[in-house]
Amino acid sequence: MNQLRAIWAYRYFVISSIKTEFRSRFARSSLGGIWMILHPLAQVAIYALVLSAVLAAKLPGINSQYAYAIYLMAGILGWSLFAEVFGRSLGVFVDNGNLLKKMAFPKIALPLIVTGSALVNNFLLFGAILIVFGLLGHLPSLALLWLPLLLVTTLILALGLGLALGIINVFVRDIGQIVPILLQFWFWLTPVVYVSSLIPEKYHSVMMLNPMSGIVMGYQSILVYNKAPDMSMLIYPLTIACAALGLAFFMYFRANEEMADAL
Amino acid sequence: MSLSVLEVSNIAKAYRNYGSEWRRVLSWFGLRFKSVEEHWTLQNINFSISPGEAIGIVGQNGAGKSTLLKIITGTLKPSRGHVAVRGKIAAILELGMGFHPDLTGRQNAYHSAGLMGYTSAQIDAVIDEIEAFAEIGEYFDQPVRTYSSGMQMRVAFATVTAYRPEILIVDEALSVGDAYFQHKSFDRIRQFQTEGTTLLLVSHDRGAIQAICGRAILLEQGRVIKDGEPEEVMDFYNALIADKENSSVEQIKLDNGKVQTISGTGEAKIEDVGLYNIRGEQVEFIGVGETVELRVRVKVYQNIPELVLGYMIRDRLGQAVFGINTHHLDQVTRNAKKGDIIEFSFSFEANLGIGSFSVTVALHDQDTHIGTNYEWRDQALIFNIVNISKNTFTGLCWLEQKAKVSYVNR
Repeated sequence: MNQLRAIWAYRYFVISSIKTEFRSRFARSSLGGIWMILHPLAQVAIYALVLSAVLAAKLPGINSQYAYAIYLMAGILGWSLFAEVFGRSLGVFVDNGNLLKKMAFPKIALPLIVTGSALVNNFLLFGAILIVFGLLGHLPSLALLWLPLLLVTTLILALGLGLALGIINVFVRDIGQIVPILLQFWFWLTPVVYVSSLIPEKYHSVMMLNPMSGIVMGYQSILVYNKAPDMSMLIYPLTIACAALGLAFFMYFRANEEMADAL
Repeated sequence: MSLSVLEVSNIAKAYRNYGSEWRRVLSWFGLRFKSVEEHWTLQNINFSISPGEAIGIVGQNGAGKSTLLKIITGTLKPSRGHVAVRGKIAAILELGMGFHPDLTGRQNAYHSAGLMGYTSAQIDAVIDEIEAFAEIGEYFDQPVRTYSSGMQMRVAFATVTAYRPEILIVDEALSVGDAYFQHKSFDRIRQFQTEGTTLLLVSHDRGAIQAICGRAILLEQGRVIKDGEPEEVMDFYNALIADKENSSVEQIKLDNGKVQTISGTGEAKIEDVGLYNIRGEQVEFIGVGETVELRVRVKVYQNIPELVLGYMIRDRLGQAVFGINTHHLDQVTRNAKKGDIIEFSFSFEANLGIGSFSVTVALHDQDTHIGTNYEWRDQALIFNIVNISKNTFTGLCWLEQKAKVSYVNR
């Protein structure tokens, strides 16, 4: 409850920090904020153009020469949100160590800043994807209304795991080195680039142990197949996500005192 | 004391070492590991502070001052005890913390005030005042990377002090910036104090502590070893840094309520200190400009190859007014033998301002007292300056005058 009140008191700081982050990223560039839109647009356009030309593979159930590009973009949208929030939560206490040592403010504001700025990036990417989808003639459907559910699940999972590891990272800095490497493996264990049906049936259950598999497949079913995500595949990621966030909070309250000592 | 604005009760702070950091992590989950090593940086700290008080916190490097301040501001948690704070704390510790070089002064002011927990409406209300106080003109809307460090300091100070806090912590940071802004910021701090803000001043500057604070707390190795009158505490502190080995520090309460601090290794001791007029009578009241003689009698207890005696005249706040020693006067005593009694005599014109002065006397082996310090005696002598023969004047010293006023246009 105290934490909630503290966040509310620091709401302006959180918003101002997010603004500051974008401002300083684009300061001294003549296009300024336009880069915020150009970056994701370029990223998506490259997938669409290059991949549709080189790998014009047809996907079952979708009738377009851009099928693979569309599939890839859908997965990337989910994964990039996860990777950004997870990666930055991991370093959030260490990177702001100086601030935490010198100023008394609720630490909990820091992951909120990370989340906020990752969300802005993700919305821009989403916008760019919708534009490119439109150009490719792939119109989204009402299934988009399911997207917030996936978004929230992704955020909880990324924050929970990222913060739990981020707290340990304050004391054992190797975590900050090894986790990004593991994250790359994790990317290839998740069906973003490949289609899950490529995986032999007997390994399917193994693949689904990865909570990101269900989430990314949810994104794909909404954006590629215009269908509601398979709820049964989301229960497991959501459970893991909530457990991870619970763990992160538990560790935060346990480690709170010692964290400032070690920074 | 229920009225205190800050109550520090039984604070102790330990840094724990678990050998392996993984043991620390496991200890959060209830697995009990004995920490391999506990390093106590603070122990049994107790004090309470009333509104409007100004307190100096002094101590050598590593005495625990920063840790204590961090616990008071809340960035560190104490291992034991607790701190009760009534009201808002602002700290001028590291000015310009978290300033972004690519943002303008104005944007940074908003951001920093946000970091102090203010909302955008609250900042809107004071932003003009911040701009006016910083006095950096149009630079306020330029990126901070184009600022000089002094300008950055101005914006940071103006922002931190835009709201009057109940407790203001001032570190030595304040010595940054030009003289004009230093005065200006000091005025603001004093203004806050008269409005009821409690000041916590951390400094090694004796002058600043004695000029501003009504009380001083001396930390040594994580404990409060003195808490009282700034002059008394600073004398003790000086004695503490001057001598490290096999020396003693002793404080004697004088009749006038002041405390005399005597420290040193004791190879030679000051027997007697007196101030005499030209007729050879011992005096306590001296006229401005009167010629007087300071006589110091020293007894030698062990053979000393080189003995230097110095004295320092201080005003009632303890600020140094004048100091000199026999090294600088080319009167070093060589080969003093055990049992010798030496008399030192210094004649001078007491061109001092009206008021009470004290004399500190020190015996040491070189031109500073940081080497071997045989005896250091604060408040060795108190005398008063009265104006008998000079024109009325103010200030710490008398400057002989030849005045002439004439019309230029006639």
